[in-house]
Amino acid sequence: MLIGHQPKEFLLAVEALTVSFDGFKAVNDLSFYVEENEIRVIIGPNGAGKTTVLDLICGKTKATSGSIQFRGQELTRMKENQIVQTGVGRKFQTPSVFVDLTVFENLEISYPRGRTVFGSLAFQRDAAVRDRVEEVAEMIFLKDRLDTYADELSHGQKQWLEIGMLLIQDPDLLMLDEPVAGMSVSERAKTAELLNRIIKGRSVLVIEHDMKFVEDIAHKVTVLHQGQILSEGTMEHVKNDPKVIEVYLGH
Amino acid sequence: MIINSRFFNRSELIGFVALAALLFVILPLSLDVFRLNLVAKYLTYAFVGIGLVLCWGYGGILSLGQGVFFGLGGYCMAMFLKLEASSPENTKIQSTPGIPDFMDWNQITSLPLFWQPFHSLTLTILAIILVPGLFALIIGTAMFKRRVGGTYFAIITQAVAAILTILIVGQQGYTGGINGMTDLRTLKGWDIRPDHAKVILYFFEVFLLFGCILLAQFIRLTKLGRILVAMREQEDRVRFSGYSVANFKIFAFCMAAIFAAIGGAMFALNVGFMSPSFVGIVPSIEMVIYTAVGGRMSIFGAVWGSLLVNVAKTGLSESFPQLWLFGLGGLFIAVVLAFPNGLSGIWADYVQPRIDRLLAWRKPKPAKAWTDSSVADGAPAE
Repeated sequence: MLIGHQPKEFLLAVEALTVSFDGFKAVNDLSFYVEENEIRVIIGPNGAGKTTVLDLICGKTKATSGSIQFRGQELTRMKENQIVQTGVGRKFQTPSVFVDLTVFENLEISYPRGRTVFGSLAFQRDAAVRDRVEEVAEMIFLKDRLDTYADELSHGQKQWLEIGMLLIQDPDLLMLDEPVAGMSVSERAKTAELLNRIIKGRSVLVIEHDMKFVEDIAHKVTVLHQGQILSEGTMEHVKNDPKVIEVYLGH
Repeated sequence: MIINSRFFNRSELIGFVALAALLFVILPLSLDVFRLNLVAKYLTYAFVGIGLVLCWGYGGILSLGQGVFFGLGGYCMAMFLKLEASSPENTKIQSTPGIPDFMDWNQITSLPLFWQPFHSLTLTILAIILVPGLFALIIGTAMFKRRVGGTYFAIITQAVAAILTILIVGQQGYTGGINGMTDLRTLKGWDIRPDHAKVILYFFEVFLLFGCILLAQFIRLTKLGRILVAMREQEDRVRFSGYSVANFKIFAFCMAAIFAAIGGAMFALNVGFMSPSFVGIVPSIEMVIYTAVGGRMSIFGAVWGSLLVNVAKTGLSESFPQLWLFGLGGLFIAVVLAFPNGLSGIWADYVQPRIDRLLAWRKPKPAKAWTDSSVADGAPAE
């Protein structure tokens, strides 16, 4: 196995990953590796398969072939909730929060305890839960809105809430799908600040179109095109790659 | 910040006390035994309704087959009562004494094996809980693990209701067929037919009902209750928060089945018979209508819905038998279109605010009402 020959272990190793929807290969023989504490940004034109890659890693879509190893565990055979429990967190493109619950309750549900049926019946809202929820609420600028129903939050605040729900899970790999899309300018700046704070101490996989934002945070950039890797490296390297300029940045 | 950790909030407490006063005091004092027994019959559907509030209102799982579980509970109870009524002395004119009459009519000469446990009241009570619970577990596991949900699930529960009815009607020798199990007489030697027994059974049922209300309220207030709500809205987000959505759906469905089964068992005791006409598609849908009219998000609403719709049903079908079904259908359409949260929604939206205003007017300075301060704060940070 490839990993065995590497000097250090990758946090995430995607190898020969392929998924086909009725013959259309949305992701085609894709391989890439993410290290501990690495911030990786995936860019690419519409339909390049970016979101599909995240769907495959988090288990929302089942791979046709290939492997996804996270800390040496094979994710392609696991259920979504098991993948979460190994330490992979996923933020969706459209904010998906529970609108009939309060901000506090939204965060509490993501607190990693009492995740079985009977565990959740016995779950107690103790000081540890309360402190952690308040701590995260402060980070996501929603500290004084804990009792507000998520329904009443603005689009940007919902995005922050969902980021907060991931934070409280404390994942080793955080996957964000266009975290600043649809945000106002001031929300965008706040989100960048928030992301810069929370990405410390974990690996992050981000899909983003905002090039300034990408330049700010990315350690390494992967450019996808038609389900395959077009280019990979630092932002500087990718920007100057003629193939990338042709299909993506040039337009 | 206010985190409400009380078991009942103020309006729920009022609802609880009002319902307790009605069922424990007002109705027993004002109705004759015949009418009180009718109320007992209506309340058996309230058990089903409480289960539907958890499963449908909270979990978003619409089951159109609760009659199956109502029936299973009812038949378990009826089998015990029927066996007791079929003692060798009572049935000595049969060609095989000691077995239920319908078996004798169908040339069955010994008690079938699956009837044997129903000689014991303890095993019967266990069966009332476990048989529907396990059946729901099997259906739930088969459906929810494969991610069958929504309309498809509702249709499958209808099919199960139809199948069970056909099975019961077809296996006349084992089940009593279309007539069901009639002529139930005693419970451990205690005659369940006279007036004083009806009154005692009524109170027993109301006690059980309040037990179920408290249990449902407990479940609603745990994190599991909030996960059910979360699941109804954003199933994927629950899954990607580390929960097995299927297991939570199975739990809600099983709980609803057990509540329905307790209702069915109470039906057999209070009404004195059980038949397939309470198992099939039509009664199952009627049970959903009772819950919808009462309010699918409210445990108390489900009880009121079962009571009021059945009172209307009895009243209307006594005077205009043909009109009743149209009335019921119209009521359901009206509720779904105009008042999706049923009577409890109307109460919370129109009646409760007026009462609050009236109380606030009488007490000029209310001592720190528990309004949601964060909503009043208004504008977001930027």
